[in-house]
Amino acid sequence: MTMHNVGRPTAPATTDATAVASTFTGNRGLAIEEPLLFEVGRLDVTGVDFDDVGAFEPRLGGLGRTAPVDLPGLTEPETMRHYVRLSRQNYAIDLGLYPLGSCTMKHNPRLNEAMARLPGFGDVHPLQPLSTVSGAVELVAELGRWLLELTGMASVAMSPKAGAHGEMCGMATIKAAIADRGEARDVVLVPESAHGTNPATAAQLGFRVVGVPARADGTVDPEEVKKRLGLEVAAIMLTNPNTCGLFERDIVEIAEAVHAAGAYFYADGANFNAIVGKVRPGDLGVDAMHINLHKTFSTPHGGGGPGAGPVVLSDRLAPYAPVPFVRFDKDGSAEFVETRKAAGERGLKPFGRITAFHGQMGMFVRALAYMLSHGADGLRQASEDAVLAANYVKACLKDVMTVAFPERPAMHEVLFDDHFLEGTGVTTLDFAKAMIDEGYHPMTMYFPLVVHGALLIEPTESESKASLDQFIGTLRHLAEKAKAGDAAAFKAAPYLAPRRRVDETLAARQPKLSYQS
Amino acid sequence: MTKYYTEEHEWIAVTGNVATLGITDYAQAQLGDVVFVEVPTVGRKVKKGEETAVVESVKAASEVYSPVTGTVIETNAPLADSPITVNEDPEGAGWFCRIEMSDLAELEVLMDEAAYKTFVEGL
Ligand SMILES: Cc1ncc(COP(=O)(O)O)c(C=O)c1O
Repeated sequence: MTMHNVGRPTAPATTDATAVASTFTGNRGLAIEEPLLFEVGRLDVTGVDFDDVGAFEPRLGGLGRTAPVDLPGLTEPETMRHYVRLSRQNYAIDLGLYPLGSCTMKHNPRLNEAMARLPGFGDVHPLQPLSTVSGAVELVAELGRWLLELTGMASVAMSPKAGAHGEMCGMATIKAAIADRGEARDVVLVPESAHGTNPATAAQLGFRVVGVPARADGTVDPEEVKKRLGLEVAAIMLTNPNTCGLFERDIVEIAEAVHAAGAYFYADGANFNAIVGKVRPGDLGVDAMHINLHKTFSTPHGGGGPGAGPVVLSDRLAPYAPVPFVRFDKDGSAEFVETRKAAGERGLKPFGRITAFHGQMGMFVRALAYMLSHGADGLRQASEDAVLAANYVKACLKDVMTVAFPERPAMHEVLFDDHFLEGTGVTTLDFAKAMIDEGYHPMTMYFPLVVHGALLIEPTESESKASLDQFIGTLRHLAEKAKAGDAAAFKAAPYLAPRRRVDETLAARQPKLSYQS
Repeated sequence: MTKYYTEEHEWIAVTGNVATLGITDYAQAQLGDVVFVEVPTVGRKVKKGEETAVVESVKAASEVYSPVTGTVIETNAPLADSPITVNEDPEGAGWFCRIEMSDLAELEVLMDEAAYKTFVEGL
């Protein structure tokens, strides 16, 4: 025989793995520690080989920089490793279920990505001549048409770059409409369960915010709204389904009262994903609503550049929409309308611009790819599946955790409060940290503010039953462990994450906003 | 000095027609670690029930309402640099401002310490 001599035993030794308490490098197996860029970078290193800059005359009127910028230099492989290592310490929708309520962390189909990279979409520049981007302009108009169809609204502003930015745009439109009526309405009604961006948007635009209390069943009481309506009220900002994951059943009555009082109805469309294909906001009396494309229409959250939050408008508000915009002209071709052109048109009174250019091309392509690949029936199915998933989680956990509003069916997300932790010494925060050790990103915590110690779970339609069952099993296990009196184990969690518990209070009280060696 | 309490967990300590405003120990415990405090400017006129100060914890921001109508005559400036005082001594050094009251009758509807204690126990 020909005999080689590299045979060796491969069965693992039976030594207790926890005996390896610490390592020489600080790495844990293939989970690699990574210092800050400023700590690894050196001034004498660079990844690109530029020629030295020769002597030249700066024409900056004496304001030119005289000292080096002190940016860390890294070689290309160092740069690559730095970011890949950091990315491996992160959690992502591509790794697992991401139950952040109100955020709709659904799967981002790879088809969207392929479409967004097509020549003519992926490589366009906002300053290119219009004649070279007619396909891109048509795509924006087509996406707008889908949004109008799905929402039953009259007009759409495509340029806002996130949900909150869309709120700003919609409320600025309302402000312009009120000014145009020669009125001085300056109050915006915001329910207690609202997302923080709602009152922040209103305040940023100079409105006064007046709160509307929630009913015991978690929804807005039309009587409480009516009590607050008056000549000074400009608008109400309402989320439907609301942030408790409940459908606001009295929404039409509220809309009618708001309109009768001469005010506008702004709908926060962050939760539109629960009702696409089922309910059209336009039919409910909505005047303006932003749509977070990164939630409902599966574009990445922050990945690949800023997001997109188009705002759909009723015909009452349409004239005040910002420039520039895209529309289909009479013979059906897409047209780009710039400031000067809009100024020459009767009936158009744009409030101004909200972004330098037209919006986020890459997000538009992804969102339209999602819509076209699903079709109208697929979009409706996605909403139904999202609602089904949330109700499944609710049904499987209601005996070990406390559902905040058990009588009402959940929509796309289910809200728990911390009653089930009462007397255990474990808080919502501890519970969430323990989930990290189990390999889950925690749910949204302490929001909405209308229940104590909120835990808001949005599983989305992306999860299989097996995935939901594992998640449910994990939460059951943790809830039972907390009730069994094992508080100490929770208090120090997470044990296994790349970083243990960070001191959020210290970080907020004494923030360090720059790196100093 | 007489101390009064509200159902929104503010307290005022009244001497003559001047009320010192703060939040209760129960409130600070519910809020968790306070990381930011905003006090009103001296000279501001406040109405009963109006937002007068803001406290922000790592969980959320909350408004502090004035239980009385009047004019702000003094504020607790050091709170800006040391919001922790609201947690450590909410009913003492953690006060927000002093208000010169214009309507002493407003005090009548407020709770005394015993009533507030019963109210909190019922929550
Ligand atoms: C209910 C609600 N409204 C508004 C927003 C703001 O949207 P964006 O994060 O896209 O700015 C969010 C986002 O998390 C939300 O959940």
